[in-house]
Amino acid sequence: MNWNKIFALTLRHVYLIKGSFPRIIDLIYWPTVQIFLWGFISKFFTLNSSLYENTVGVILSAAILYDFLFRSSISYNMMFLEEIWSRNFTNLFIAPIKISEIIAALTFTAIFRTLIGLVPAALFAIPLFGVSIFKIGFPLIFLLITLYIFGVTLGLLVTSGLVRYGPSFENIAWASLFFLAPLGCIYYPIEVLPEWLQVIARLLPLVHIFEEMRNILIYDIINLFQILKAILISFIYFIIGVVTFYLSYNGAKNRGTLINMGE
Amino acid sequence: MELEVKNLSKVFKSTKAVDNISFKIKKNETLGLLGPNGCGKTTSIGMMLGLISPTSGQIFIDGINLEPSNRIKLLSLMNFASPYIELPKKLTVEQNLEVYARLYGVKNIKERKDELVENLNLQNFLNKKTGELSSGQKNRVALAKSLINKPKLLFLDEPTASLDPDVGDFVRAYIENYKKNNELTILLASHNMREVERLCKNIVMMKKGKIVDSGSCDELIKNHGRENLEETFLKIARSKSELE
Repeated sequence: MNWNKIFALTLRHVYLIKGSFPRIIDLIYWPTVQIFLWGFISKFFTLNSSLYENTVGVILSAAILYDFLFRSSISYNMMFLEEIWSRNFTNLFIAPIKISEIIAALTFTAIFRTLIGLVPAALFAIPLFGVSIFKIGFPLIFLLITLYIFGVTLGLLVTSGLVRYGPSFENIAWASLFFLAPLGCIYYPIEVLPEWLQVIARLLPLVHIFEEMRNILIYDIINLFQILKAILISFIYFIIGVVTFYLSYNGAKNRGTLINMGE
Repeated sequence: MELEVKNLSKVFKSTKAVDNISFKIKKNETLGLLGPNGCGKTTSIGMMLGLISPTSGQIFIDGINLEPSNRIKLLSLMNFASPYIELPKKLTVEQNLEVYARLYGVKNIKERKDELVENLNLQNFLNKKTGELSSGQKNRVALAKSLINKPKLLFLDEPTASLDPDVGDFVRAYIENYKKNNELTILLASHNMREVERLCKNIVMMKKGKIVDSGSCDELIKNHGRENLEETFLKIARSKSELE
């Protein structure tokens, strides 16, 4: 890995964000709206339900964590789409940069985009709804890392599709996370799902992450095994994502789609 | 750098885009790759840039086979400019040059940037976003990017397409002058025959994926009994090949 080249690609995206105030606002706007929406919905549930205490805290924490996953995946896809939209794709792939360095650069840069959007939203939630994601404590770091690995993995799989099939794959980029959300058991326990879907859901790290979050916030129990399982599953998916990307890249080289790819 | 293409072919499904082509460009020479639209020029350049995997054949750059294990090493000595690809539109000219200088591992970035900015007259729009530039300005920036790493082998795909005669002449003169002062081998794909006559020592003519003729400009014009390269091109492009 050549860190100077990874830095160069990161710099390209930092310049892009820095040069456009509307782009920064756009990054902050959607997570904040999401927090407001879920904050009021959960506040309503608190007033009308006695299922468990701290409903606002649990649902809003879930919303923040889910948005973290969503933003990390979308950030990854967006950076790749920027290269296609600006018709810079060919320039990038003829530069002396390894595929692993491109993946690394996108992975590191996606975290900045994600945090620009999510930190203000998480901070808004403290005075507005009395909910602090930081109440999860030290396991929060592991939950965020796991979500980030899985978010980047989804980004990798979508970008693999973009490399292989071109810009027409763009719509899948936006739909990818909504497809997994029902199985992720973000806002409800896994028992809500039919049994056969529970089997599939357990294969995703999301279930383990959000179950663990509820365990901590509702019962004050930390299950390190559950966290470890989530990290491991995410990592396996990440490796699958990397392999898929390499296969797509080689497929694109065979099909000749890397040259003149653009809108 | 010397470029040698040996029996290169590319088949997309049932279409033979490039059909067993072989040619050589000697160090510091400029070779014109000519042919009608869809004759396989872009696919050939794509293979030479490592963007398209050949179905068969080999590409040697200074005797080194262009294969995945040598890709990074060879790409750092090459570059490419084409009006059909662009630099990130939302970045300023200076930011784009900086990013690509870093990607190509340029040592003295500021020095190299300043040199290109001065020689290609980029000063007046250095801090403008690349997407806001005119075609002529974009073209000069693309040329600056393609020279940022002081390449030893440069691929130019229609470098003056859609430029007014004045800017076109500036670009051609710049390339000519740059070559005089630097070690540079060029493969030029162009539809501008005057440009090819001015810049290229030798020419390879392609049609339907095959090389149909090659030689110096004068040789080709003489062999086909025409008065200039444009007429020669038309004769070759319109003639029925043996395979038709």
